[in-house]
Amino acid sequence: MSTGKTSAAVGTESTVDTPVVSVADLSIEFPGVRAVDGLSFELAPGAALGIVGESGSGKSATALALLGLHHGTGARVSGRITVAGTEVTAATPEQVRRLRGATAAMVFQDPMSALDPYFSVGSQIAEVYRLHTGATKQAARSRAIEVLDHVGIPDAARRAGDFPHQFSGGQRQRALIAMALACEPRLLIADEPTTALDVTVQAQILDLLHQLRAETGMALLLVTHDLGVIAGTVDDVLVMQHGRSVERGPVGRVLAAPEHPYTRDLLAAVPRIDAPRQLSLADRPTTPDPLVRLVDVRQDFPAGHGLLPGRRRTVAAVDGVTLDVRRGETLGVVGESGSGKTTLARMMVRLLRPTGGRVEFDGTDIGQLPDRRLAPYRRDLQMVFQDPISALNPRRTVGESVADPLRAAGIRDERRIRDTVRDWLSRVGLDPDRYDAYPHEFSGGQRQRIGIARALVRSPRLVVCDEPVSALDVSTQAQVIELLAELRAELDLTLVFVAHDLAVVRQVSDRVAVMHHGRLVELADAETVYTDPQQTYTRELIAAVPVLDPALAAERRAERAALRAAG
Amino acid sequence: MARYLLKRVLGALVVLLVLSAVVYLIFYALPGNPAQLVCGPKTCQADQLHRIEVGLGLDQPIWLQYWHFLVGIVAGRTYSGGPEVIHCAAPCLGYSYQTGEPVTGLLLDRLPVSLSLIVGGFVIWVTVGVALGVLSALRRGRAVDRIATGLTLAGNSTPVFLVGLLLLIVFCVYLRWLPFPGYQALTVNPLLWAQNLILPWVALSVVSAAVYTRLTRTSMLETLSEDHIRTFRAYGLPERRVIGRHALRGALTPLITIGTIDLATSLTGTTLTESLFGLPGLGQLLVSSVRNIDLPVVVGVTLLAGAVIVVANAAADVLYSVADRRVALA
Amino acid sequence: MTTEALAADEIGPPAPVPASTGARAVWRKLRRERAAMVGLAVVVLLILVAVAAPLLTAIEGQDYTTYHDTLLNSARGGVPTGDLGGIGGAHWLGVEPQTGRDLFARVVYGARVSLAVAISATVLQLLIGLAVGLTAGLAGRIADGVLSRFTDLILAFPSLIFSIALLGIVPQSFPRPVLLVLVLALFGWAGTARIARGQALTLKTRDYVAAARLAGGGGFRLARREILPGLAAPVITYAALMVPGNIIAEAGLSFLGVGINPPTPSWGQMLSAATTWFGGDPMYVFVPGVLLFVTVLSFTLLGDGLRNALDPRSTNLSRRAE
Repeated sequence: MSTGKTSAAVGTESTVDTPVVSVADLSIEFPGVRAVDGLSFELAPGAALGIVGESGSGKSATALALLGLHHGTGARVSGRITVAGTEVTAATPEQVRRLRGATAAMVFQDPMSALDPYFSVGSQIAEVYRLHTGATKQAARSRAIEVLDHVGIPDAARRAGDFPHQFSGGQRQRALIAMALACEPRLLIADEPTTALDVTVQAQILDLLHQLRAETGMALLLVTHDLGVIAGTVDDVLVMQHGRSVERGPVGRVLAAPEHPYTRDLLAAVPRIDAPRQLSLADRPTTPDPLVRLVDVRQDFPAGHGLLPGRRRTVAAVDGVTLDVRRGETLGVVGESGSGKTTLARMMVRLLRPTGGRVEFDGTDIGQLPDRRLAPYRRDLQMVFQDPISALNPRRTVGESVADPLRAAGIRDERRIRDTVRDWLSRVGLDPDRYDAYPHEFSGGQRQRIGIARALVRSPRLVVCDEPVSALDVSTQAQVIELLAELRAELDLTLVFVAHDLAVVRQVSDRVAVMHHGRLVELADAETVYTDPQQTYTRELIAAVPVLDPALAAERRAERAALRAAG
Repeated sequence: MARYLLKRVLGALVVLLVLSAVVYLIFYALPGNPAQLVCGPKTCQADQLHRIEVGLGLDQPIWLQYWHFLVGIVAGRTYSGGPEVIHCAAPCLGYSYQTGEPVTGLLLDRLPVSLSLIVGGFVIWVTVGVALGVLSALRRGRAVDRIATGLTLAGNSTPVFLVGLLLLIVFCVYLRWLPFPGYQALTVNPLLWAQNLILPWVALSVVSAAVYTRLTRTSMLETLSEDHIRTFRAYGLPERRVIGRHALRGALTPLITIGTIDLATSLTGTTLTESLFGLPGLGQLLVSSVRNIDLPVVVGVTLLAGAVIVVANAAADVLYSVADRRVALA
Repeated sequence: MTTEALAADEIGPPAPVPASTGARAVWRKLRRERAAMVGLAVVVLLILVAVAAPLLTAIEGQDYTTYHDTLLNSARGGVPTGDLGGIGGAHWLGVEPQTGRDLFARVVYGARVSLAVAISATVLQLLIGLAVGLTAGLAGRIADGVLSRFTDLILAFPSLIFSIALLGIVPQSFPRPVLLVLVLALFGWAGTARIARGQALTLKTRDYVAAARLAGGGGFRLARREILPGLAAPVITYAALMVPGNIIAEAGLSFLGVGINPPTPSWGQMLSAATTWFGGDPMYVFVPGVLLFVTVLSFTLLGDGLRNALDPRSTNLSRRAE
């Protein structure tokens, strides 16, 4: 099927068998680092390939290079990339431009900022459509409404005139997918499309992608760090480490019987919701005697401004929660964004004063105490934070950060402070001689360990961990959880583990509390919550969690569809 | 939207009231004899002083004086106590005993001069500044950028009267291309009007454009690195369109606030330029009335300037929220 | 456990080295900015000149008040005889027209006044601004509301107008330079307050501040140990850029005749006098003019360089190609 084009870059043969993506010996170098090293793979038309790797694996660089988006970033690309007949690495900018959005479209990670805030969503989709097809404004607008409707945006005709900030995160991602679909591309590249979304919304988006693939027959290249995401969405998986491809194969085989040691380690580190619970952290005998008791706790935040100073609207981040934290147990608190779990966690350690209700610690109501009167309790209530970057003062040495609670308590003996801190540093698995190093000299996982040392340095009784592993790579996550388990056993701690990742929470908790829109939806033994959830929301939540078995993933997709149809 | 407008207007009114109170109090509650001050630098006769005292009500408590002043702004005021009664029509911002004119009249006389200077200058310095800023951002690191950077730096580091002086030396003395500027009203002779204002405009622009260049450059660079620009490039939009339609909009919107307030502060910030070039504008009025300690005029000019700034602030907020829908309104 | 944990933690790239941590690192970065170093050199030189003004004028053998009528050409209206405004061995920069006063002495003492006023005003603005801004940012919503409204009010004041008015009305008995410093500070602190408040609000949300609260200790301890160091960078940068602003402001006020009073020299004042002489004796414009320009430029270059050294991510004026 020759079209007679003289340019060698634009393909002249395009049959059903030609792979829609063909990458040969791709290398991408940035000044100082080799992001991708000798990568080769192919993607057949209509097929779905998942590229999996942790941070630094080179997966995103690869995705960007496929559409020539590396220009201007200082990247040097060698090797050959052919997408839908166009050799991207050799083509002129004009040819690559024609490819983008029309034949191959890309969906990015963060839907918040991916759309232009100054134009309506519909007009942006229409603009792209008109550019590639030369259609009239009318036709483009209709097409925009059509695709928005297709991706499940209700009332698409009206919504097309709305601005991006008027859409929720999940809807914005749908809108982006709609834009990608507008020109009926043969290939969709999705770079971490659901990482920034809640788990239930993530499930919806993945289901949508699956459905669209079935309807249009387009190929899908899904780049992600989340093994669970690819299990249910792609046919083949390619595992990358340090810029190289370490394993490639059908997703069922790779996940069930990985061959490469890295893949095996990666799989072992992923907390599974469908596998039997490990008894590492949980299952220690606990007494039903509560260490912390929350009674009808509320937290209201002001929202917007009334015209008169008297009336201010408020929104309830936590709306009447009652629960106990038993001595010696690990209580998991799980919920999506906006569920109020972080607010709840902060109230437990009195970083926030509850707007209403009681917070009892060891029998005493500390809920309304002013900050000065809380001093004696500061020793017993501690927190481990989520973000390893902002959890440590960048201008202070790590030793001093860990020593801060000791100094604040009035301890002056330098010798004693140093010894205590060094002891704790080694207990969390770090070299005590690094007392005088600065936070930026450590990796994310190491910084989390330092944060844990700081929380434990005065031997508290309650430690609330607010998403302690969410910002870490999967393999590092497992280590930090392991560390928490050991320390809990050693020190007989009571832990509250707050997270959005259900699999992680299940692994570490004795009991699990499920939160939704500021309310406590369900509270039960960990095992019961996951195998026999009572509430509808809990069931939805669990059904949305990605699993590592493709067959199981397909089942759960059907389950979700059923829940959606029913609810 | 209407609610937001209402809120802003009310807020602005409150600030204006406070401003007027503070201004009035500071000037009339100073140590010394306000009547003497109002009368002028020369020693006044007793009956003259008496006339002023009664006219301004200086024997009354200060808040009552202030109250009369406020009322005068809305409804006009009468100054008695002398051989004839002086009527000051609304809005009455005071009466200048030294010049024998109502303050409002004096202000209105000088207003066209200041406006000519500012509006003309504003158009020039914003256009040049923004254009240079956009160019610098697009050609970052290249010759244009460096030159613009250098010019901006130089412009920022020079007081406007120095630039004006240099311009005068070059264009009026050495090159003799232009005569020394005076002021010709626009309505009388537009060509002469423009010719006389060229040097002041250029002087102002050299100094004021710098801010816009720097801001536009930063804003543009920031916008260019945002995600939605990447999205449109990824969808194959030609670079021209990506920048012209998407990047510029995002980069220029923040300038709305700056521009509005700049315009407002310029109204009186041109005092130096007026002084140098001898233009009879509001700034000059202020300087001469300060020299003569003509209190009513001083108060009048200060209030006008403050009012313009307050109004501009509110206008800037409203304009910005129209341009950027993300800004939460009420 | 230690070594295994460490080895396993190496999966994933090490965190990138962030901005400065400490004065030495900042200095090292500043040294690399050529423009800033030039600025710094000039600033230091100027400060030395200003401080050593009496010494320098003694060496020259002149003072700034003596009239030298003999050096003026009264036939041409009081213009100095000799080229370039009368430059020579006795008068290094010539003499003033009309008065015949030694220009070098006047300019050098003028430097004293201008720098002293500008720097004092900056310091005062910083102190007030920090106090207001920090309190607004840290002391709770009510304090924030009140102080922010107050800051907005100050910003709404037409500062130039008000300064002129105030300076004109206050009796001459009050020492002029002090009055200038007070007036400049009165209207100039709002910018610092805004920055301090903004930074305090941002830093307040950082997790390490929350951790410090959990560690115990009072509000002051928190402000001192956690917030204040985080403010250092933006505040120092802003301060370095405020000084030239204050210099120009003082020059402007003196130009209008409401600033420094004669016979105390000030560059702005000299430029004001120079307006009548720009035709006959352009040197009288150039000398203080160039000095003023160079001073302000140097501080600005230094300020820009400091901003770069304290935060390498900022895009700014004097940055060269990346």
